[in-house]
Amino acid sequence: MREVPRWKRASGWIDLRGRREGGLAFLLMRLTGIGLVIYLFLHLYVLRLLAQGPEAWDAFIAMAKSPLFLALDGLLILGILYHALNGVRVTLLGLGIGVPHQARLFWGVMALTLLMTAIAAYAIFTIAG
Amino acid sequence: MPTWQLRLLRGRPGSSPRLETYRVELPAEAYLIDAVEKIWAEQDRSLLFRHACHHASCGACGVRVNGRERLMCITPLREFSPDGVIQVEPLRHFPWLGDLLVDVSPMMRRMAEVGFAIIRRDELTADRPLPEGIEQITRFEDCIECGLCLSACPVMAADEAYLGPATLAAIERMLAEPRGGDTARLLTLADDPHGAWRCHSAMECTAVCPSNVDPASAIGRLRRRLIVEKLRRWIGGGR
Ligand code: HEM
Ligand code: SF4
Ligand code: FES
Repeated sequence: MREVPRWKRASGWIDLRGRREGGLAFLLMRLTGIGLVIYLFLHLYVLRLLAQGPEAWDAFIAMAKSPLFLALDGLLILGILYHALNGVRVTLLGLGIGVPHQARLFWGVMALTLLMTAIAAYAIFTIAG
Repeated sequence: MPTWQLRLLRGRPGSSPRLETYRVELPAEAYLIDAVEKIWAEQDRSLLFRHACHHASCGACGVRVNGRERLMCITPLREFSPDGVIQVEPLRHFPWLGDLLVDVSPMMRRMAEVGFAIIRRDELTADRPLPEGIEQITRFEDCIECGLCLSACPVMAADEAYLGPATLAAIERMLAEPRGGDTARLLTLADDPHGAWRCHSAMECTAVCPSNVDPASAIGRLRRRLIVEKLRRWIGGGR
């Protein structure tokens, strides 16, 4: 019997070949979840500037208003919104609620995510930009 | 008669598998199992694959067709274009025995551990009067133990010890109609980090199941039951 190497088996969840909405939703949930954890540490790292006085913080804020940074904020909001909205979908499905509608719920989550991200991006660039 | 191009995963454990292309002539009314059998009969007798019933009852002919889990015997060739290629690979998440064949015993052992009784009371005729001399109308359970759901499940990829959709659905069925099964033992089996709580609701099991078992909903019902049992124990001052 061929032994599938551990690393290969453990990374099998990334393989989307043959999968449908549910598999895609799961993959995006995991990627956004990992992304949010990384962001959390980044965020705490940046917050340490507060302890270094107003100059350090003001310099950071000036950089944070650059278009590139604002675009990254948009990406963060996209990730948060998808994760949170799909989190509600997954909670219901995990209890066996709405399973026959899971694909439609996924597209609903996607539509809401994109719509709310667009509104947020507009707000970010008009207010902060 | 159209000619179909099949790309089959070939090889034996111990060597790296490769994809090989075969051409078979068959009418569009034929099924994928006919094409694979024809390749075996006329081109290569060493081809390993499983089948028995040819009508979606035995659950033996599960493979991945263009990446998606299907039963070969109910996959019509007319779904594909003769110009295209039909890629056939073995199921994932089972030990590979060669070509299209996998060892399904890990799943079968778990079904046996559950004590899955495949004869059920027939719910469709439950409220009708029984004909004279008949004590009960029975039917087979929906699950044909084909393993498509295990292959499609991304959690199964990451956790070998996961009980898996078919087994959890079987536990849920045994709890709904115990037929002599030990329900307390089944609840303990399901109430485990590798049991009902391991599911991440990727919903692929229900999407590929050829037999309407809907394991995803069954896992949801199982979790609700486990939650109710836990609450009852806490409120009742038990464990
Ligand atoms: C409103 C906020 C949030 C909701 C509703 C939510 C909901 C969920 C749910 C339901 C899951 C389980 C998904 C599954 O079973 O596959 C999950 C997983 C996860 N979440 Fe969140 N979450 C939220 C915020 C966050 C934040 C802020 C972080 C990071 C700091 C985070 C990180 C993760 C990670 C790493 C996972 C594991 C993903 C996996 O194993 O596939 N979540 N979340
Ligand atoms: S639940 Fe469906 S896909 Fe899974 S083994 Fe049973 S019949 Fe096959
Ligand atoms: S040959 Fe029995 S299910 Fe396909």
